[in-house]
Amino acid sequence: MRPTQRGRTAIALWLAFIVACSIIISRSQFTADLSAFLPKNPTPAQQLLLEQIRDGLASRLILAGIEGTDPATRAALSKQIARVLRADPAFVSVNNGEPVSAERDREYLFNNRYLLSPAVTPARFGVDGLHAALGDSIDLLASPAGLLVKSLLPRDPTGEMVQLMGQMDSSSRPRMTDGAWASKDGARALMLIQTRASGADTDAQQRAMTAIRQAFDTAATPAAKLVMTGPGVFSVTSREAIQSQVSRLSVISIALIAALLLLVYRSFTALALGFLPVISGAMAGIAAVSLGFGSVHGITLGFGTALIGEAVDYSIYLFVQSEQRGSDTPCADKQSWIKRFWPTVRLGVLTSIFGFASLLLSGFPGLAQLGLYSIAGLIAAAMVTRFVLPHLLPANFRIHDVSAIGEVLSRLVKHAAKLRWAAAMLLLAAFAILTLHRASLWNDKISSLSPVSASDVALDASLRADMGAPDVRYLVVVSGASRESVLQSAEQVSLTLQAQVDQGELAGFESPSRYLPSVASQRARQASLPSPAELKNSLAKAVRGLPVHASLFTPFLTDINAARTQALLQVADLEKTSMAMAVDALLIQQENHWSALLPLTAPGGGDINAGRISAALSSTGLPDVLFVDMKAESDSLYSGYLHEVILLSLGGLVAIIGLLLLVFRSTRRVLRIIAPLAAAVITVTAGLTVFGQQLIILHLVGLLLVVAIGSNYALFFDRTDSPVAPSTLASMLFANLTTVAGFGVLAFSNVSILQAMGATVAPGVILALIYAAIFAKKTHA
Amino acid sequence: MTRPSYPLLRLMLLAALMLMPAIGHALDWDIDQLMRNLAQTRSDHASFIEKKSIAMLDKPVESSGELFYTAPDHLEKRTLKPKAESMTVDGGTLIIERSRQKHRLQLQDYPEVAAFIDSIRGTLAGDRHALERNYRLSLEGTTEHWTLQLLPVNEKMQAVVKRIRIAGVRDAVRSIEITQADGDSSLMLIEKLTTP
Repeated sequence: MRPTQRGRTAIALWLAFIVACSIIISRSQFTADLSAFLPKNPTPAQQLLLEQIRDGLASRLILAGIEGTDPATRAALSKQIARVLRADPAFVSVNNGEPVSAERDREYLFNNRYLLSPAVTPARFGVDGLHAALGDSIDLLASPAGLLVKSLLPRDPTGEMVQLMGQMDSSSRPRMTDGAWASKDGARALMLIQTRASGADTDAQQRAMTAIRQAFDTAATPAAKLVMTGPGVFSVTSREAIQSQVSRLSVISIALIAALLLLVYRSFTALALGFLPVISGAMAGIAAVSLGFGSVHGITLGFGTALIGEAVDYSIYLFVQSEQRGSDTPCADKQSWIKRFWPTVRLGVLTSIFGFASLLLSGFPGLAQLGLYSIAGLIAAAMVTRFVLPHLLPANFRIHDVSAIGEVLSRLVKHAAKLRWAAAMLLLAAFAILTLHRASLWNDKISSLSPVSASDVALDASLRADMGAPDVRYLVVVSGASRESVLQSAEQVSLTLQAQVDQGELAGFESPSRYLPSVASQRARQASLPSPAELKNSLAKAVRGLPVHASLFTPFLTDINAARTQALLQVADLEKTSMAMAVDALLIQQENHWSALLPLTAPGGGDINAGRISAALSSTGLPDVLFVDMKAESDSLYSGYLHEVILLSLGGLVAIIGLLLLVFRSTRRVLRIIAPLAAAVITVTAGLTVFGQQLIILHLVGLLLVVAIGSNYALFFDRTDSPVAPSTLASMLFANLTTVAGFGVLAFSNVSILQAMGATVAPGVILALIYAAIFAKKTHA
Repeated sequence: MTRPSYPLLRLMLLAALMLMPAIGHALDWDIDQLMRNLAQTRSDHASFIEKKSIAMLDKPVESSGELFYTAPDHLEKRTLKPKAESMTVDGGTLIIERSRQKHRLQLQDYPEVAAFIDSIRGTLAGDRHALERNYRLSLEGTTEHWTLQLLPVNEKMQAVVKRIRIAGVRDAVRSIEITQADGDSSLMLIEKLTTP
């Protein structure tokens, strides 16, 4: 048929819409990191967690290991790679144990020792203080470490350098083999690489990984192997995993659905037309998410793949249900379909939208994305089916006669009611299982969402242990309005923490104030230094009883005099030292807000007693000091989401019920529609539990989908023009099979979040259809 | 002086020259033998008296205490007088404890100190390979009374240590004498104690 004027307008609008979506999609960013699972309105501790995950020091570290060949070759490779990467501006630092900055570090500490050392007080330079410090230094000189301090003694008789070196706890660094870091078992050479880009910048992390791999490939012998890990690496590999899975799974599910539809329709035209609403829906979904959130998460795409199975339903309903036996006027059929079935389909779409709208309210951006994607996708698919597709159908459009299948289904449905008792028993059993397992039903660990494979996690743990890399689980965070104020607070917190170290509660801690003391402290230390005449006088008295002559310390007098007027230390002075990286990572500025991070190290073999540390910190009375357990924080964050999502899902259910009540104005009818859906949800949840799957958020989203898709079946069974027409039954079966094909494929994914959704929806919709048939109005029987 | 004695002397010289490699070989074997003997000691406990002469100080510093060694790489020097302090070397880590302070150093960061410690640890462990990484070895005396001399091979080390002489009786180390490049020196006398 020739499209009417209205039809032409509809087609033109649709084409314009598709073009617009294409443009938006081509400009979209795709991500796959965990940051999509972090909140929009975080608490201060969550905010910190968020920042650390996005671009904290830990997020910018790549741990690399070189395996295979012999230790000498590995060390040589490590040095060669490091040389190449150190010349690359994408990397802030490349550590492999080579003493590249050791000289600068020592220079910085020694030249500025009187500004840096916390031991510098007025008393230290009085007669008694000097006497004690000199005695100490002389003892040290006679000790095995004497070799280290002998040359320093004339310039640094009070041993400030020894003080400073003692603070740089380096116990956890890897050992050296042939001049480069190696693991304890000696099986791999180790490198610790810091990227300039933040861990959240997945593209930059991918480029960094490529650069490392290239440096390795140019240098490597065939027997050598490079392994890498770190948060950035995880983001890159997860994105790759999700992308490759999504593209592979969507090809498989599209092929399955196409094969199924071809089998039913026996017409390529019908197949192609049937996919139009699907493609439109998927594009609308991605474009909407891209506009609404700025970037599209890989999981959303995976979800989109599955939604093909639902969006294709609308065209199935149109094609199959309008196919009346013996009719010669297909056009009239389509018009009558619109009249007879569209209200039902429209209500089905509306229930889905009401269900998913609740997800939009989630504080969990990843989930809100899924909600928006579903709503936009379903509306677009339904609209295209209703307003565009009928105009595109050729005049002689026909699909294969499926009435035979319809008749068979019709007979089956007549007997379905007999299964009511069996269904009730099954439901009861499901209830019992859920009650039994109610305590362990949910997995509230955030790691359950991570798309990172178990082998990658194991590699990460092993490299981290080899490296003694900072495991930034416990942090003290000091915030304030200026760098100076946070450095001052950090100094006070350091005193408290040092007391905990002395008591053995902590193995150690880091603080930016160690490398860059506050201006106030630097001034105070400078003011502690006596005038040359005064010092000379005290020194002469201080050496009494000690086996040294005061004249030995002339260089000391000169250095002290210089230190009294030296310029105070600033960030720029740290340049090219390894401490610059520490200060950069531990001192963070955000607009006019500053934070200092003080990571804590647990005592050997033990754990940190969080209560004790936090009590010690609060006793300082300092405001804006936060003790954060990052792991507990992220787990509680996730379990918070989980509870939120449970509530939102229930809210969605209430909204759906409200909508149905509004439309039907009959509690009985609404109950009859809801009953099979609730039964399907309960049964599938019990089934997952029986198979040992702990529920995560994505299972819940899957359940919401079961309700959304199942509502169509329940509504068709509920239509008053009883009994249900064979063609309607056939269309429902086909719709169900395509949905199962679309989601069923996801169940075989090894990305846990995709698998969760697939394993819920595929069995869920089958159950919803069966329950809907079983619990349909008795008049059909 | 009689002329006929010359041929004899020359013969003797020649014989001596011919014997030289054999002697050298014998000495080499002796170092190996000594190392084997030393390596048999798996753990040791001894007292020490150490005298250090440091140019910067007006008089030598004397200290005494106890030594503990467990093969292959744990060495502890516990000074009791004049001031309690301890130095523990465990693998690649050096821990110095003095009064309340505890310094932990990675030997890899201080190659000179490491070479120093390895001279003693390597001797106690009988690890010739480890010793020869940094020193040229020579042995004098008999198995009853031997002296092992260690001369640093690389320049960096030579700038710090001139020579280390370790003297012993059979498989026990009795004294360690260290002469530094700047003339400072130390002598440690070691007396074996019964294993605690």
